[in-house]
Amino acid sequence: MSSQKNIQFSEEAMATVNKIISRYPEGKHKSALLPILHIAQAEFDGWLSPETMDYVASILKIQPVEVYEVASFYSMYNLKPVGKCLLEVCRTSSCWARGADDVVNYIGKKLNIKPGETSKDGMFSLKTVECLGSCGTAPMMQVGASFHENLTPEKIDTILDNYRADGRRRSYTDMDYKNTL
Amino acid sequence: MGKKLLIHNEHVANIHTLEVYKQHGGYASVEKAIKTMTPEAIVEEVKKSGLRGRGGAGFPTGMKWSFLAKPEGVPRYLVCNADESEPGTFKDRYLMEKIPHALVEGMITSSFALGVHTAYIYIRGEYFYVSRILEKAIEEAYAAGLLGKNILGSDYSLDLYVQVGGGAYICGEETALLESLEGKRGNPRIKPPFPAIAGLYGCPTVVNNVETIAAVVPIVMMGGDEYAKIGIGRSTGTKLISASGHINKPGVYEIELGLPVEEFVYSEEYCGGIWKGKKMKACIPGGSSVPIIPAELLLKTAAGEPRLMTYESLSDGGFATGSMLGSGGFMVYDEDTSIPMNLYTLNRFYHHESCGQCSPCREGTGWMEKVAHRLAEGHGKPSDIDLLWDIQKRIEGNTICPLGDAAAWPVASAIRHFRQEFEALIPKKEVAH
Repeated sequence: MSSQKNIQFSEEAMATVNKIISRYPEGKHKSALLPILHIAQAEFDGWLSPETMDYVASILKIQPVEVYEVASFYSMYNLKPVGKCLLEVCRTSSCWARGADDVVNYIGKKLNIKPGETSKDGMFSLKTVECLGSCGTAPMMQVGASFHENLTPEKIDTILDNYRADGRRRSYTDMDYKNTL
Repeated sequence: MGKKLLIHNEHVANIHTLEVYKQHGGYASVEKAIKTMTPEAIVEEVKKSGLRGRGGAGFPTGMKWSFLAKPEGVPRYLVCNADESEPGTFKDRYLMEKIPHALVEGMITSSFALGVHTAYIYIRGEYFYVSRILEKAIEEAYAAGLLGKNILGSDYSLDLYVQVGGGAYICGEETALLESLEGKRGNPRIKPPFPAIAGLYGCPTVVNNVETIAAVVPIVMMGGDEYAKIGIGRSTGTKLISASGHINKPGVYEIELGLPVEEFVYSEEYCGGIWKGKKMKACIPGGSSVPIIPAELLLKTAAGEPRLMTYESLSDGGFATGSMLGSGGFMVYDEDTSIPMNLYTLNRFYHHESCGQCSPCREGTGWMEKVAHRLAEGHGKPSDIDLLWDIQKRIEGNTICPLGDAAAWPVASAIRHFRQEFEALIPKKEVAH
């Protein structure tokens, strides 16, 4: 997982990339960088390796450093490998007030990992994040494109069981999202 | 029951589809604007409405629109700020998810008013799934001839795109948002020039919040004067409030500005009172950046007047005894809440989100997080409270963008109103000498 060779978008991903680039005026294609990085992360094992970032730079015909400086600024781009399901638990004010710490502790104990770590089987990584705009349904966590809200220990059990049974890597770009609004 | 203009159809089945949205009167403002009004007339209605930016700053929208430079041969842009990231705020997500066409319609009508032919909705990356919902709505609008070339057979054309961010609170600041939309780090720009003169790609640009854009629809339909009759004084119209924390009924509520705060907190129609039969201790009424105030000062001003949900009433008394309406991110805390620990979560947030451009904010937010943490955990020193106060003072007003102020105000207000609680957490032996 740490060294990646033959980085190349699938035909489908490439079509999406080209569609995104066409949204911006002539010569302003760099605007497509953030959305393309999301696609790259989803396509290439859930993180942005230097090879992946160089590849994105070559597609947009910009300098690799222009990609690195952006990827390192935003919190959603993983610059290191993560588990198939990145469990992002919100812990800012309202989530904290309604038990975010309990959620983090419960998941940590259940999977025997701390925030920033990945379970031995590579299935789950735990991350604490700042406000995700789900304050009215706190506590909550994001997994790929899905928001899991009003969390309880029982709910967390079911959610993790389902992801484990499914076994797929989850990405922000997934079309099959769950949300509880 | 107050008047609702934005989410009155929130419970209609399939209101997210163009078909149902149109059955309930959707896209009438596009029809009315393009077929019967001039762009200038729409700007005039928005001015008359008294609509103020719903993202938090409350700047008059009509005035912002009238600043837009219109040099010949230069494209201009409308960018919708859907980077909703202010802790306690989730109303835009609710609106976009439930009634995506309300935003698309607002974007078309507003773009026509501003003479814009390309518009973007910049949405925070974490709301990726909401971007899918918006894209679907936009696709439907194109197919119905409401977007694209020659809208509704007129000579007006508009392209509308959604852009997802990468996870950064700072991109809610409009110039940082524009940087991000250009594919760069979200570092706020020095103003002037303002986006109205040099915004996206250096071209004249208006950046408006989701709710602001959506409010243009009822304003065009009812007229600015009618809209201005709702609300009180300079707080006109309706406002979406995101209610969260220790209340019985968290959620998004559309209120008429002017509603008494007490009614909002305790009536069954809104928050339904404090959970578990407890008492309210404090509230942050307008998103994490506005001052926290004790329950007594939330419900009544220092002069004893009932506090109302308006820009003016919530800020009555200034920062000494008031707060702000801000984004309408209304966070309520019960009697058992540790104010220092809550402050620590906010300090951590601002430290995490500081873009690092200005040293007072980059360094100061980190210090505040550290000091608030040891205070909240009971390891603080007697000098720490004054130290916190001193740091926030040195950040406030000394940064390029308002994130510095936003990080400072929660600290100042927590100490101002709850100093004793911080003091009580300092180990006794330290206090003795």
